[in-house]
Amino acid sequence: MLSVDRLTRVFGGVRAVDDVSFSVAAGELVALIGPNGAGKTTCFNLVNGQLVPDTGRVLLDGARIDGLSAHSIARRGVGRTFQVAATFASMTVRENLRVAMLARAGHEGRISTLASAVDDDAVDTLLARVGCLDLADAHCAALAYGNAKRVELALALADRPRLLLMDEPTAGMATRSSARLMQVASDLAKLDAIAVLFTEHDMDVVFGFADRVIVLDHGRIIAQGTPDAVRADPKVREVYLGEGANTSTRKQSGRQ
Amino acid sequence: MSLASFLLQLLNGLSSASALFLVSAGLTLIFGVTRIVNFAHGSLYMLGAYCAYGLGEFLAGHLGRGAVSFWAGVALAALAVALIGALIEVLLLKRLYAAPELLQLTATFAVVLIVRDAALAIWGAEDLLGPRAPGFAGTVVLLGHAIPQYDLFLIVVGPLVLVALTWLVTRTRFGVLIRAASENRTLTAALGIDQVKLFTAVFALGALLAGLAGALQLPREPANLGMDLAIIADAFVVTVVGGLGSIPGAFLAALLIGLTKALCIALGNVEISGIEIAFPRLTLVAEFVVMAIVLAVKPHGLLGRPPVPPSSTPLPEQRELVSAPGRREAWVAALLLALLLSVPWWRDDYTVVLATDILIATLFAASLQFLVGTGGMTSFGHAAYFGVGAYAAAIAVKAGAPMSAALVVAPVAALIAAIVFGWFCVRLSGVYLAMLTLAFAQIVWSIAFQWESVTGGSNGLVGIWPTEWLTGRVRYYFFTLALVAVAMGALLRIGRSPFGFALRGVRDSPLRAAALGIDVRRTQWKGFALAGLFAGVAGGLFAFSKGSISPESLAIPRSVDALVMVLLGGLNALFGPLLGAVAFTWLTDTLARATEYWRALLGTMILVLVLVFPMGIGGAFARLVRWRLRT
Ligand SMILES: Nc1ncnc2c1ncn2[C@@H]1O[C@H](COP(=O)(O)OP(=O)(O)O)[C@@H](O)[C@H]1O
Ligand SMILES: [Mg+2]
Repeated sequence: MLSVDRLTRVFGGVRAVDDVSFSVAAGELVALIGPNGAGKTTCFNLVNGQLVPDTGRVLLDGARIDGLSAHSIARRGVGRTFQVAATFASMTVRENLRVAMLARAGHEGRISTLASAVDDDAVDTLLARVGCLDLADAHCAALAYGNAKRVELALALADRPRLLLMDEPTAGMATRSSARLMQVASDLAKLDAIAVLFTEHDMDVVFGFADRVIVLDHGRIIAQGTPDAVRADPKVREVYLGEGANTSTRKQSGRQ
Repeated sequence: MSLASFLLQLLNGLSSASALFLVSAGLTLIFGVTRIVNFAHGSLYMLGAYCAYGLGEFLAGHLGRGAVSFWAGVALAALAVALIGALIEVLLLKRLYAAPELLQLTATFAVVLIVRDAALAIWGAEDLLGPRAPGFAGTVVLLGHAIPQYDLFLIVVGPLVLVALTWLVTRTRFGVLIRAASENRTLTAALGIDQVKLFTAVFALGALLAGLAGALQLPREPANLGMDLAIIADAFVVTVVGGLGSIPGAFLAALLIGLTKALCIALGNVEISGIEIAFPRLTLVAEFVVMAIVLAVKPHGLLGRPPVPPSSTPLPEQRELVSAPGRREAWVAALLLALLLSVPWWRDDYTVVLATDILIATLFAASLQFLVGTGGMTSFGHAAYFGVGAYAAAIAVKAGAPMSAALVVAPVAALIAAIVFGWFCVRLSGVYLAMLTLAFAQIVWSIAFQWESVTGGSNGLVGIWPTEWLTGRVRYYFFTLALVAVAMGALLRIGRSPFGFALRGVRDSPLRAAALGIDVRRTQWKGFALAGLFAGVAGGLFAFSKGSISPESLAIPRSVDALVMVLLGGLNALFGPLLGAVAFTWLTDTLARATEYWRALLGTMILVLVLVFPMGIGGAFARLVRWRLRT
């Protein structure tokens, strides 16, 4: 499904992503982990077209998508959630989803119909799926952080992606709700054969749900493989033992 | 074109470029450090000229006319303006650094109004011609042409200032602080630099440059009350083309624009395959083309860098929930309509005229509310589309078209203008966007001003009266009411359409919108075009309501008037444009009848509003009204 080939992106002197190659297959749930500033978000930004790589290629089903704009990559079936949940603040949750459904249908340019004419059953189904049905008429700007993340997932799903990128999907959630959210993602991968790539700081979530784990440090891949293999890798242990003590505080201050 | 005449124009262009560079350098310096675009920078330039005149005369009275009184006058004028600048910074801008840029710009525009009236009060409305510069009063003969020595002097001043500024920024401690502040604001705070003093100092320096430019301009151009907006528009073009925050960029851009103008004038009338082209009349078009080419290739200017996000601070209102109009709103609308229908029976003809003005202003403000509120695009040049509509209608009538056709031509012309300008504008956001919209509007204004054979120049076009069955103030009022009501309904519906939501979505979160497959730029472009279209409808109505049209209809103040209406009424408020238009029209009408200095009063009120509600005057007025209604 997704294959990333020798991707590099430099900011000033910082090699945020450095010669990174990996792939994600349909139906697979892959975790991209690493300490803060490792380049995870930048990786996502390169895949979904928000950034253009300096060198390297991004292939979706064998077709190059690097260099395309973010919206055309979204149209090709790449959905995404952001580290800092990005929703439409001046709308209700339902209206947010309506925009997503309209965009999915290619109707976002219409001026002669009303946005409220969208099929609200489909909206309800999506909201129920992420456990936010009761929030349908809530003002998005007023949502608790965890709920905003859930709504964001529903938005990404409304686009019916083939590849879903989730940047720290469970940050700010209690253990139980984060497990539920990851279960939704896992079901998606398994039942709908969507490729899911996610970043995560919570190791329980990573090792509990990921089929495969890729470890990034200073923009480079230092290990990848099954959760067990990665857990046993001495290089990974070094990075995480060195950093481990303060990941939870840095998690809060992570940038997008 | 002879080489000599080209050379002559070249030197002329270069000497104007110097003044432009000085003003732009100050503007860009202030922006780099404080992130505020100082609309009043042109006013400081104007003050420089007036102060140089005043101080020069004063010194001449004591020391006699001569080099000493002249140059001392120039130097003291620059210092006086620096002081005024520091005062403005301490009293006003200090309170606005964290405010949304829309309010910053509006506040500095209020300063423009106040300074203009202050100059009017102190120096009067007459143009004041200064003395020739002692030591540079003669001419130099070059290739058979006499070139004023003073022009040559000015040509040297520009590069000298560039060198001095470069030295200041790269070699001094003050420069280190300036660079630190422009590159990393949190870093400066962390380093414990006294930001408060630094900002004041930088603002004073920028003001000094503007004052110096104005003072030096006095021997070439009399001090007059139109200098402020004339130079600020050019300075915006220069800073946008050069790259906001870049002093060398401003220098390059000023040269580029100066040379382009010179070339056009020097080319003169040229016959190309049977068609005579008058290049001197195309200077503004050429300026536009240069700007367009640069921005198409480098959206952030020649030497500018893309802004580090966030490039714009949203107004708090833009996070408010925009609820769908319901039954209550329908009742209010019906009530308002009934009220508006009864206006002709209220008092006299004057009320009807005022009410017609208000309706047209309402539609114009609503189109801007759509752009700024729904679209999140801060425009300081929306009058361009209003004016293009008005001119298109007027020109169509002059060409023999009936009123109905003219009223179709108006929005179409405005739409085309908005499509062309919008293409560039949506590549930018925040202050960059605001400055670009203003620059475009100023170009349209200049075309209307200069293209006499078509637009009637400064006199404009007269005799644009409605068809027979609509003559009479009352009839035209009803016609306006009908058209405005339909247009407002259409705008409202577009706001609730899929496109309206997509546009608002793009405003709320461009990241999310793009991730959903929405083309952010295309959506904004379309929103810009639609806003222009509706402004054009208002413009067409305006032309027929006045029977005449002049460049004033698309000048900068009209754009700002509409913005103030939108801010008064609220960015999201359904009846905001009407409320804003009523309040604003009534206010200016009352003030204008009460005092000669109504502009200063208006400016003061805008300042009070901005300072009392620094995080958004938007809707404060509307909320107040709502609150009064409830209690
Ligand atoms: N837009 C940007 N401009 C400059 N540097 C950036 C930008 N985005 C990320 N970086 C830098 O790239 C590195 C990787 O950041 P990021 O991808 O956000 O890491 P992660 O998501 O793993 O925490 C960091 O050093 C960060 O400062
Ligand atoms: Mg990150």
